[in-house]
Amino acid sequence: MVTAEINPPKHACPENIKRQAEFIARYVDALNITDCSTAVVRLSSIAAGFHILSCGVEPIIQMTCRDRNRIAMQSDLLGAYSLGMRNILCLSGDHQKFGNHPTAKNVYDLDSIQFIYYLNRLQTEKIFFSGEPIKEKVPNFFIGAVINPFSDPREFQVIRLEKKIRAGAKFIQTQCIFDLENFTDFMKQVEGHCLPRKAHILAGVAPLKNYRMAQYMQNNVPGIVIPDELVNRLQNAVHPGREGVEICVEQIKRIREIKGIQGIHLMAMGWVEIIPEIVSRAGLYPRPKVN
Amino acid sequence: MKKIIVAEQKPVSEIASIIYDYEKVLLVGCAGCVAVCLSGGEKEVEILAAALRLLRRQQNNPLEILTFVTTRACAPEYLVDLDPLTKDVAAIVSLACGVGVQYLADRYPEKWVIPAQDTKFAGGSGEHGIWEERCGLCGDCILHLTGGVCPIIRCAKSMLNGPCGGAQNGKCEVSPEINCAWQLIYNRMKLLNRLDKLAEFQPAKDWSLNRHGGPRKVFRKDVLVK
Repeated sequence: MVTAEINPPKHACPENIKRQAEFIARYVDALNITDCSTAVVRLSSIAAGFHILSCGVEPIIQMTCRDRNRIAMQSDLLGAYSLGMRNILCLSGDHQKFGNHPTAKNVYDLDSIQFIYYLNRLQTEKIFFSGEPIKEKVPNFFIGAVINPFSDPREFQVIRLEKKIRAGAKFIQTQCIFDLENFTDFMKQVEGHCLPRKAHILAGVAPLKNYRMAQYMQNNVPGIVIPDELVNRLQNAVHPGREGVEICVEQIKRIREIKGIQGIHLMAMGWVEIIPEIVSRAGLYPRPKVN
Repeated sequence: MKKIIVAEQKPVSEIASIIYDYEKVLLVGCAGCVAVCLSGGEKEVEILAAALRLLRRQQNNPLEILTFVTTRACAPEYLVDLDPLTKDVAAIVSLACGVGVQYLADRYPEKWVIPAQDTKFAGGSGEHGIWEERCGLCGDCILHLTGGVCPIIRCAKSMLNGPCGGAQNGKCEVSPEINCAWQLIYNRMKLLNRLDKLAEFQPAKDWSLNRHGGPRKVFRKDVLVK
């Protein structure tokens, strides 16, 4: 399984995301659409999902708990399903402090695990989050969740993953993984809890364009750990961009050897044009046809 | 640690600009929480009064200030003593918390009541000069489930089922100055050998018990006079 991720634009024109989606369509099985990631206002993930669906790409709609209460969440879920969205990734969301509206009020009516639990219950028991019956068509989303093996408290992350899967998550995408040694340890614990049998786990990878980007991510993106060895390779490289792609392809190959991993989630962050090369060189192209 | 309502004085310049048109005001402090957090007790009332007088003298616009410190501004019976002082002032400047400001406004509807404090939170002080928020006043306490650390107010996202993915080195993604509440909860539950509790699903919170159900009242039949 190969997924990638794009950010919708900070304006009302969808042409660019449609172009991006068309460009990588043959190289991914589905495409995440972020939901105002890092709390920056962008075209809505559901609307963007609708646009890329029209380009023949399967969208994974991201939805955070930051901006909606349980009423708005359910309303948007029904709306998204009615527009053809079939995959949803449930997140708590980056704090608004990081975005372009740091004085905004946040919501967090539900947390991400509650969101997963009540959405799964809505679908299986045909009831709203409140318990009120839904008389007609209920959505049937493929529910996903995220996990960051490297955020604190680290010892809690496996429990947290297990809680998300028990709540109803059927697929998991991890935060960007750079530290493969610790990730392998994490996956051993995940295996120990038999979690890969209950949900499909996709490891997040990101190509680093240069040393500055690595440093920026390490310092500014919550919960990212980049080993010095990789930072040094980028710093000493003659062509840092090429080195970043090299590293990414190597990492994907190594990650695919880790037991329990069923896919790769490629976070190319503003570097969508590199996705075909990475997917091809990692031996993941062509993608199987799904009907 | 004393649990109190913590308030912080607005800048003197801001208070002065609000009362610029008045020649005589009453400045009211409170001997309750705001005295404990050193922002609105007797000492702070006199310091603020002196500062305002001085500022106005410099502006050739002298200000007369009467001062008074109530025992508790949140209990109307203590405000009775203020009646004679309010006779010929047009405005009352309050160094009580937001609750006190409103009881003053209730009692003196014809006076303009000005808050000189920003009321911040319910918290305490473990270290002199530092006050920390500790209670979200949510109306449905779950501290027994979280090792005595409140995730509602001490977690920036009010997460109830564990941490978000943003904490590093035990600190919140919002600021390295903030401890991750879930790190504290985890440490404490581990110490108590109750990590199994954290694996349990915590259902959605009933926010109607919080202010989202509208302003709240507590009725206690056993102590009602009427």
